[in-house]
Amino acid sequence: MRLPHVILLCWLSAALAAPFLGLAPNRIELGEILSPPGVHAWLGHDDLGRDILARLLAGAGVSLTVAAVVTAVTMTVGTALGLLAGYFGGWSDRLLMRVTDVFLAFPGILLAIAFAAVLGPGLDNLIMALCLTSWVGYARLTRAQALSLRDRQHVLAAQSLGASTMRILLRHMLPLLAAPLLVEVTFSVAGLVIAEASLSFLGLGIQAPEASWGSMLRDGVRYLLVAPHYVLAVGLSLMSLVLAVNVLGDQLRDRWDVRK
Amino acid sequence: MPLLKRVAGIIPTVFGVLLLTFLLVHLVPGDPVEVMLGESASGADRMALRAELGLDRPLPVQFSHYLGRLAQGDFGHSIHTHAPIAGLLAERLPATARLAVLSLLMAVSIGVPLGIVAALRRARWPDRLATLTALTLSAMPHFWLGPLLMLVFALWLGWLPVSGMEGQGAILLPAMTLACGLTAILTRMTRASLLEVLNEDFVRTARAKGLPERSVILRHALRAALLPVVTVIGLQLGSLLAGAVITETVFGWDGIGRLLVESIEKRDYPVTQACVLVIALVYVMVNQLTDAVYSRIDPRIRLTT
Repeated sequence: MRLPHVILLCWLSAALAAPFLGLAPNRIELGEILSPPGVHAWLGHDDLGRDILARLLAGAGVSLTVAAVVTAVTMTVGTALGLLAGYFGGWSDRLLMRVTDVFLAFPGILLAIAFAAVLGPGLDNLIMALCLTSWVGYARLTRAQALSLRDRQHVLAAQSLGASTMRILLRHMLPLLAAPLLVEVTFSVAGLVIAEASLSFLGLGIQAPEASWGSMLRDGVRYLLVAPHYVLAVGLSLMSLVLAVNVLGDQLRDRWDVRK
Repeated sequence: MPLLKRVAGIIPTVFGVLLLTFLLVHLVPGDPVEVMLGESASGADRMALRAELGLDRPLPVQFSHYLGRLAQGDFGHSIHTHAPIAGLLAERLPATARLAVLSLLMAVSIGVPLGIVAALRRARWPDRLATLTALTLSAMPHFWLGPLLMLVFALWLGWLPVSGMEGQGAILLPAMTLACGLTAILTRMTRASLLEVLNEDFVRTARAKGLPERSVILRHALRAALLPVVTVIGLQLGSLLAGAVITETVFGWDGIGRLLVESIEKRDYPVTQACVLVIALVYVMVNQLTDAVYSRIDPRIRLTT
């Protein structure tokens, strides 16, 4: 299966290249309101007469940026907490498990919605809300792995040679976590793309006139009857990206034999 | 005893959930009263709201009051309509429950058979089709699937109402939207579980005894294979409630999810807080119940504990 890689690469390069293509995602052309796809605008225009393709590419950039930033922050924090708790055990481990239990008691995206609601709309708050809720998966994963790694022979050997805790955690345990972490990252990127779109769909994320797939879908639903191309273009884009990332995650998991 | 232990086990989680939802209002940047009432509110209104929310008292005192009121079933009042929130919840919950139950039924009646067929016809076209369908469905969030179904079944074919709760079959489109993600999960789970069981010794024994394949599958393999599927169904029931937030918004379905979104739009934080709390508590309880049921019906677990 090569298609998912191609799709993913396309979206990545499109998002990276979009700012340099001289597109005008926010330019309004009143004569073109909700016009269907054509030669000038391949995907037509939206309810304010803006080029849907240009907005789609801008939205891809936003979506992937949010996913990248949130992943970088939450993976670092979650992994650090999980490693420490799993390695030391005792009260720090119990505390971490209690706290993550509470976070996991909120199904799906509910907690992110709640955080975004009270923090207020905007890109910064959106990232904050997603960071507050997405570290839990990494912490649980790393903690479980660290728990079994700390009794491995090479860790015991390092301990008896007098290696510092920092060195044991970073040099002897972290490298063994790379495969499961990378699989987790892949699936979480897909989840974050959906989460960003969900929050923006509810009006809690990126604010107008900035383009986001979620808010585009919300606008598109209003004009579903007159301009179905709007919703279809955005929805299919979102689906192709999420699908590609998920397939990649499945492949990595199978290749490295990582149990979910 | 195990039941008591179970109840005791979720107390810290429930307490944490209460604490986190309580703290939500305190995360509002600036003055929550200002944000909720807007700048034009009179001084008297502000004072009244501040007093009702008890925001001027120390946090632990506020929290204990919050718990005390909840224990009496008092969720506070909506800032906008001044209606008691408990009444609002009671009004909206049945609509969400109907939606969730119907989607669960849809997902189980499609996902499980699809998974069984996929496992029995492994690596042939039924399997490929089922796997591909599941993969595609799992990449379709509600706010994309909903409009798509709306477009096809309501606008193009004209079979079902576009949105709202009136009209015959109005529940079908939102229920289908909500069901699709779960259908995908159940298909994958059932397939994986049945494939694993088909390799077990007892299935080989059943075959070696000369039992007809039908009875090997139905009486021996499926019974064992469906156990983990039951757990997933239980665990996912709570997620349906979270999914209802978006689905109800798409279809204008007046359930608790829509109540949550409306309250966010109006900055009616006490209502937001109550909706989040109720959904989380239902989720925790359903999870716990599933666990209890599972350990009862699975002899391997029943015997080891």
